[in-house]
Amino acid sequence: MSQEIIDKYTSGEYKYGFVTNIEQEFAPKGLTEETIKFISQKKNEPEFILDFRLKAFDFWKKMKQPNWQKVQFPDIDFQDIHYYAAPAVKSKPKSLDEIDPEIRDTYNKLGIPLEEQMMLAGIAVDAVLDSVSVATTYRERLAEAGIIFCSISEAIQDYPELIKKYLGSVVPYTDNYYAALNSAVFTDGSFVFIPKGVRSPMELSTYFRINAAQTGQFERTLIVADEGAYVSYLEGCTAPMRDENQLHAAIVEIFVHKDAEVKYSTVQNWYPGDKEGKGGIYNFVTKRGLCAGDNSKISWTQVETGSAITWKYPSCVLKGNNSVGEFYSVAITNNYQQADTGSKMIHIGENTRSRIVSKGISAGKSDNSYRGLVKISKKAKNARNFTQCDSLLIGDKCGAHTFPYIESENPSATVEHEATTSKISDDAIFYLNQRGISTEDAVGMIVNGYAREVIMQLPMEFAVEAQKLLSISLEGSVG
Amino acid sequence: MNLLKINNLKAKINDNEILHGINLEVKPGEIHAIMGPNGSGKSTLASVLAGKSNYEVTEGSVEFNGKDLLELAPDERAKEGLFLAFQYPVEIPGVSNVNFLRTALNEHKKYRGEELMEAGTFLKFVREKAKIIQFDNKYLTRPVNEGFSGGEKKKNEIFQMAVLEPKLAILDETDSGLDIDALKIVADGVNALRNENNAYIVITHYQRLLNYIVPDFVHILYNGKIIKTGGKELALELEEKGYDWIINPEN
Repeated sequence: MSQEIIDKYTSGEYKYGFVTNIEQEFAPKGLTEETIKFISQKKNEPEFILDFRLKAFDFWKKMKQPNWQKVQFPDIDFQDIHYYAAPAVKSKPKSLDEIDPEIRDTYNKLGIPLEEQMMLAGIAVDAVLDSVSVATTYRERLAEAGIIFCSISEAIQDYPELIKKYLGSVVPYTDNYYAALNSAVFTDGSFVFIPKGVRSPMELSTYFRINAAQTGQFERTLIVADEGAYVSYLEGCTAPMRDENQLHAAIVEIFVHKDAEVKYSTVQNWYPGDKEGKGGIYNFVTKRGLCAGDNSKISWTQVETGSAITWKYPSCVLKGNNSVGEFYSVAITNNYQQADTGSKMIHIGENTRSRIVSKGISAGKSDNSYRGLVKISKKAKNARNFTQCDSLLIGDKCGAHTFPYIESENPSATVEHEATTSKISDDAIFYLNQRGISTEDAVGMIVNGYAREVIMQLPMEFAVEAQKLLSISLEGSVG
Repeated sequence: MNLLKINNLKAKINDNEILHGINLEVKPGEIHAIMGPNGSGKSTLASVLAGKSNYEVTEGSVEFNGKDLLELAPDERAKEGLFLAFQYPVEIPGVSNVNFLRTALNEHKKYRGEELMEAGTFLKFVREKAKIIQFDNKYLTRPVNEGFSGGEKKKNEIFQMAVLEPKLAILDETDSGLDIDALKIVADGVNALRNENNAYIVITHYQRLLNYIVPDFVHILYNGKIIKTGGKELALELEEKGYDWIINPEN
């Protein structure tokens, strides 16, 4: 593709970069035992949570930042971050009307209407602004079905038994550097519990937003599906444009019992930094699901368009016999963005099956890596994995890399890996041009076609959003 | 009035001049055949008219529908009513034929300031078009050209032409790789779509296609220039005697 075209189309604008002017309450910068106690106290947490945090903190202090990743960034000064920022309200709002209009306006601008539109859409939303969950819609209707959907802070207060049982059961605080950090300082996030035999009557959704400056967002999401339960859950994320980098180190844990299924979809559009690579979110996230019971299933779908750096591997531990893990991913990097993402499928039970479909798209001067592990343990008789890993390059200044790891300890297992790398060809663009489609729209169309297999996994209304987002992310980047 | 007027057109690729001064006039309702040996510049002419970026026009002018064609971007040329049926149609994985065509048609409509077509109306519209050129409906939902045979790809080009209803269609060796049945279908499609307002430029190596799409004019392109123009009987003469008697008349 000609350089001129590439330059013209690979420099789109980020439209969620505004800041909400509300009064906020901060913890002092820096990470010490005092910070952790401050957070715990603010949230009026029971003793066992504070213990959990402090143990994680002790562990974290002994750890070193990992350095095996492909992505590069300067050392993070963990003492220069606010670990707690919250809209200053005297008490938790009891109804949607009590929420600060500025905050509601923020979510409206983001296209996340908390009220009537939600009713029509039939989606329950938990909105997290910086460290605090602002509102959870639809709670009552869900409660009728026995479903618990609330912020994790509320869950700690209201359902301590469930929290005690499941918190850290899939991602222990010893798991990795950022998981330990999150466990020490996590501020909010969502909690979902679907009881035995219940299919959630609606999609559940959390919307994360980083608003305050020099703040890290450390949310923690815990989803538990009891026997035979089903839920589809979606998270979306944005952040204001700021010159400094901001850290987002989250944990998502999913625990799935026998015959249950959880579908988890992410549309991640954190601020990616400007065209020169200044600013943007460091998105370092640990996401893992445990198929604990037989015939259980977890499906991850992610559309990653934002963040300066995306570094995460949504994974499935397939412990139950006949359990199924799926990972569908589209990761776009443009300008100076970097991504090192993929999945881990750990086969433990018999007849377990997994499928990984990863579509990387690199444009500008960005770098996009797929890294994945398929592990078949000794007991995993007749386990099967299929991995498909495609890279699409736009222009000649970006990079695509693939790091597949396969460890098989059982000879009856079948593991397949397919990979392709392609470029958007001048011929394809000219072909669409010749039918009357502009170059920018042509690239959007080609990219959406390329990502189709993944987009189709998303719930309908989000699929439409994701398609737009893919085109927008490549504005000014084309090729 | 001329629909297309090419005047002394010269074009090069990588400093290599391919077209050395083409002159051609096409009026609405006409069918022009361009024939010539390999490497004479037939496909280059098609690409230059459609606006492919790796060719550079060094001299001459092209007027299309009263506008300076060379000033327009490729997608604008298409929306002005210029259609190129590609010799090697491109595959667009994951994009369904109908979706692609609806986007394209609506871009044309937008350009002309007409009302856009809704999905339902469009579907009905394309099914009718598909019937005209005997194009199996199963191809509508399949990704553009992906996994299509050579013949299916060519038929898909004619199908797209039927949907977009261009003023001028250039068929670039649409007959190559077609068996006789497919060739007839393509030709029948063109004949069904032709009327007094549109025109065709048919680029071909073989006289065979011209039995089915009967041209008003036959031009011989050789070494980047049109060296002879005649009626449909010129094609028959070529079939019999080859090109040599025109290229080297002394022999």
